[in-house]
Amino acid sequence: MGARSLHGAWRLLLIVALLAAAILLPLGQKNYFIYVMTSWLIFAIAAMGLNLTLGYAGQISLAQASFMAIGAYTTALMTLAGWHWLASLPVGLAFCFVVGLVLGYPALRVKGHFLAFVTLAFNTLVFLVLRNEEWLTGGTYGLSGMPRPEFGSFSTDKQLPFYYFTLGVTVLAALGLWAIVRSPWGRAFKALRENPIRAESLGVDTRRVTLLAFAIGSAYGGLAGALITPLVQFIDPGSFGLAHSLRILLMVVVGGAGYFFGPFIGAAVVILLPEVLRFTEGYYLIIYSALVIVMLVFVPSGLIGIFGRLREKLWPKRQVRADMAEGARLP
Amino acid sequence: MSDLAMSDPVLSVRNVEKSFGGIRAVRGVSFDVRKGEVLGLIGPNGSGKSTLFNCILGQLPPDAGEVSVNGRNVSGMRASELNKLGVGRTFQQLSVFPKMTVLDNIILAGQEHHGTMLSRLFGPSDAGLTEEAERLIAFFRLTHLRDELAGSLSYGQQKLVDAAMAFMAGPSLVLLDEPAGGVNLTMLAHFKERLAAYNVEHGTTFVVIEHNMEFVMSLCTRIIVLAEGAVIAEGTPDEIRSNQTVIDAYLGG
Repeated sequence: MGARSLHGAWRLLLIVALLAAAILLPLGQKNYFIYVMTSWLIFAIAAMGLNLTLGYAGQISLAQASFMAIGAYTTALMTLAGWHWLASLPVGLAFCFVVGLVLGYPALRVKGHFLAFVTLAFNTLVFLVLRNEEWLTGGTYGLSGMPRPEFGSFSTDKQLPFYYFTLGVTVLAALGLWAIVRSPWGRAFKALRENPIRAESLGVDTRRVTLLAFAIGSAYGGLAGALITPLVQFIDPGSFGLAHSLRILLMVVVGGAGYFFGPFIGAAVVILLPEVLRFTEGYYLIIYSALVIVMLVFVPSGLIGIFGRLREKLWPKRQVRADMAEGARLP
Repeated sequence: MSDLAMSDPVLSVRNVEKSFGGIRAVRGVSFDVRKGEVLGLIGPNGSGKSTLFNCILGQLPPDAGEVSVNGRNVSGMRASELNKLGVGRTFQQLSVFPKMTVLDNIILAGQEHHGTMLSRLFGPSDAGLTEEAERLIAFFRLTHLRDELAGSLSYGQQKLVDAAMAFMAGPSLVLLDEPAGGVNLTMLAHFKERLAAYNVEHGTTFVVIEHNMEFVMSLCTRIIVLAEGAVIAEGTPDEIRSNQTVIDAYLGG
């Protein structure tokens, strides 16, 4: 018990330190640096959502970018029509939640690779709708000139205020997800991932839990999309293609699927590493891919798994004997 | 049948028939199980035990006949609904949640019986079940393993966790599918003793499918022997042991 609360205290300290870094780091930096940091946060939100669907509930989805698209286009169309960003947000989230619910239905029938293909097809479908329905979406030219939100005298037109705005939204989103995964719902999600048949036999309505995992994860994708719109102020279908869904999947896997902070680390690697490797010019993709392969071979549980391994090395846990005498505490 | 001294049956199986293609797996089986009974279902491989078990669990709709639990027809019922009706079960294969702690495994087994979907989202993370779960963990003498991941326990310990989960929601009927399989002798004695103690303390009805005769004979109060889909004998363990038909068909000389 003591070791447990100590562990908790360390974690809290680490979170506070990281949050302080997130607040202080962009101060005095160039706009481009702040822009990259902002997109890191936004993709971390999208990856958080996929982490719920895939990491916690075990349902593969290759459609997270399409939910970013739905969130982004909803926000774009509404803010262009004169609505405040805050008014467009609930509409975008609700839209993604409902579409996510619908996308969850195939998951009740197909699992694993087949589900991956269904969601992949869905991503392509959304891409095609965005490209072809020009009257609404502007087709391949996309939409541009979306205003950034203002909150009273706090304008997010400059890069730094927009970063802090995004940071605030990210913290709220993370708190929301934290509340979900540590509630009985989180336990039901994990049970669905680990043994759906057993879960069902214990009264867990696995159908409902599967649909919710998709709906909530998709709403997080929508939130990320709603932030991309005012950040980039230009969106087109190409920004939400299958390749981007795969990138978000990479973030979840690299960071550590099923770990709460995995998406932040994963998004950092996928978004920031290319920037760090920029000096290698033409070789960057090769180095980047090689690093990802090496990582997946040696730390399949994701980068966050490295911390767990270090902890085991530094503070080995007392092994409970699995043999009979102690194992069953026989009288 | 309508003996007034007896309570209504917890489980009632009426003329159940089930065929697969040309094979009649279950041929008109009927029996009742009353509150507090421990019924053993035995028989050689292919005798229809598992098919019957799946009919009782609502997983296989019988071709004819009816299975009811606490007076309700279970045919086609989803496993989660059946569980809410008061039926707990264990599986032949290990069925714990390996990456969750023992405590979380047990809490999960009870949480869906408490409150509504919404109250479970906004309520306490343990759904108010920690104490109850700890009592059950202590009952199966697993307290020292409370915070271990279920997947890191030994096979026998996982069997105990699996069984504990079946009891967490306070079921009126528990179906145990080969509980003794793969468990070593010392652990098995402990397991059997705990199951029997639970039955006495809570009056929970058990139906046990098992090949280990020693285990069945000492745990069960009544035994039904199936062969080729039909009941060939029924009685107390002693009666079954000395029944010539059973000896010929199953127990062997």
